Amino acid sequence: MIQRFLFSGTGGQGVITAAQVFAEAAIFGEGLNAVQTQVYGPEARGGSARSDVIIADSEIWFPKVLEPNVLICLSQFAYDRYSPLVRPGGVAITDPFYVKRWQHATSRAVEIPLHDTIVSLQGGDGGSVHGINICLLGALCRLIPVVSLESLQSAVRRRFPERYLERNLLALEAGTSLAHERITTF
Amino acid sequence: MTQTRSGTVEFLQGNEVCAEAAIYAGMRFYAGYPITPSTEIAERLALRLPQVGGTCIQMEDEIGSLCSVIGASLTGMKGMTATSGPGYSLMQEAVGYAIMAEVPLVIVDVQRGGPSTGLPTHASQGDVMQVRWGTHGDHAIVCLSASTHQDLFETMIRAFNVSETFRTPVIVLIDEIVGHMREPVRIPDAGEYELTERLLTNVPRDVDYHPYLPREDGRLPMSHFGGEHRYNVTGLYHDMWGFPSDNPQVTNDLIHHLMNKLENRKRDLTFTKEWNTTDADIMLISYGASARSARHIMEDRRAVGMRMGLIELQTLWPFPGELIRERCRGASYVVVVEMNMGQIVHEVKAAVERPERVFLANRVDGEMITPADIKHLVRVIQGKGI
Repeated sequence: MIQRFLFSGTGGQGVITAAQVFAEAAIFGEGLNAVQTQVYGPEARGGSARSDVIIADSEIWFPKVLEPNVLICLSQFAYDRYSPLVRPGGVAITDPFYVKRWQHATSRAVEIPLHDTIVSLQGGDGGSVHGINICLLGALCRLIPVVSLESLQSAVRRRFPERYLERNLLALEAGTSLAHERITTF
Repeated sequence: MTQTRSGTVEFLQGNEVCAEAAIYAGMRFYAGYPITPSTEIAERLALRLPQVGGTCIQMEDEIGSLCSVIGASLTGMKGMTATSGPGYSLMQEAVGYAIMAEVPLVIVDVQRGGPSTGLPTHASQGDVMQVRWGTHGDHAIVCLSASTHQDLFETMIRAFNVSETFRTPVIVLIDEIVGHMREPVRIPDAGEYELTERLLTNVPRDVDYHPYLPREDGRLPMSHFGGEHRYNVTGLYHDMWGFPSDNPQVTNDLIHHLMNKLENRKRDLTFTKEWNTTDADIMLISYGASARSARHIMEDRRAVGMRMGLIELQTLWPFPGELIRERCRGASYVVVVEMNMGQIVHEVKAAVERPERVFLANRVDGEMITPADIKHLVRVIQGKGI
């Protein structure tokens, strides 16, 4: 088993943190192997953010993701740039708040309203999207059953200090329900 | 956070592994100047060294960093610094001094694209020859490398052991990919690896001590500078007390000693990993992050029946030429995989019996060389076309 994930979005959304938490959940929760890399270029300073995660039940040598099985895009720029890379039969996961899809290729597309979910979770003021990255992981564990919710919960507990814990665990939970209830596939 | 426990698996960046392994090896003095892509080494050590009673200092520049490590080492600490190519350029004067004054220390160079400030956040392996010949004058140097985090942990311990054994600077040469990548690494238990401690003189206080008089086995027992014995340390050619000398005999003996102490122990300093080398028709030779791509394509081609083998060099200098010649004897083609315009490839050509059969698979655009890049070159060599 090998699954290649490409997490992308805008700096500040936490997609790189999400990638790290996801990889840690695979290693410490599922006993799998994982390698994570991220783009450090000038584009990582406030512009676009990208992190690659490979999860496998064997050794991983080449650590970069050239053709993802699963692409996650939380910005239009990232979608425009990376959506042509998805493997045939792979999945592109986007949030319609950020991304207008245009690819009609051999990959599957899944739209999940992460932004709207997080905003309503935080009382609907529309300001902060803190937790959107962890909400994404909640949806991801239902869509791509490589890492379980329990493993993600432990990874979140391991990662975040006490004062941010409850908010992130709630976001994770909200993400899992998203995959059940409000998912739109094409 | 950031309390690392032995025996546990951690999910770390390569740079963080360098820091943890150095602490494991007994390193207690770090001086450095931050530079991408090596900065996480300094960040981790700034947090971790105080926890274990060590000292971490940010210096004014790279030459100051290495000079303070030299000073700390002479007083008895295991010391190290870390930088990238541009910073390593600035350190060259002090590297030469450490070689001449025979000061044990470790320098981690996390390579980025060059020359000059080059490509700070991208992959390159362009410093291989700088490590060999960056400082002026004839000298021998030890340079170790690794491609996985578990190997990197071991390589860092080796680097400190070699530096203490031979009283020499050791360069651990990694790259942006290995430095920034995260993968699982098991922190070894205390005592799992043998650590070489400083060889100290047993000459009593007030008795004539010769800091630069090698024992029969070539090692030079040290005395903590500023402690029991008074002696001189200099970058000039010097006699057995460390005082400057231009005596031709003293000069001749010292340069031969500095070269021979490493070149004559090449076998002890040669670390490699080999896969499928016994029946390889196509032999890949690589190191650092490039070796990960080489391993990937080697396993992939083996699965379709191609007789491909791989030698991963964990020692770059002194170059293990005899081993390369031996292993490549039966191969039709040798492909050196590196992310530069060709540096180790020339050493391989000089080592093998048929240099015209040696090819370079490289990439110099700042992106990591891919398994497909290597595959395409091999197909062209074989006359199959890409």
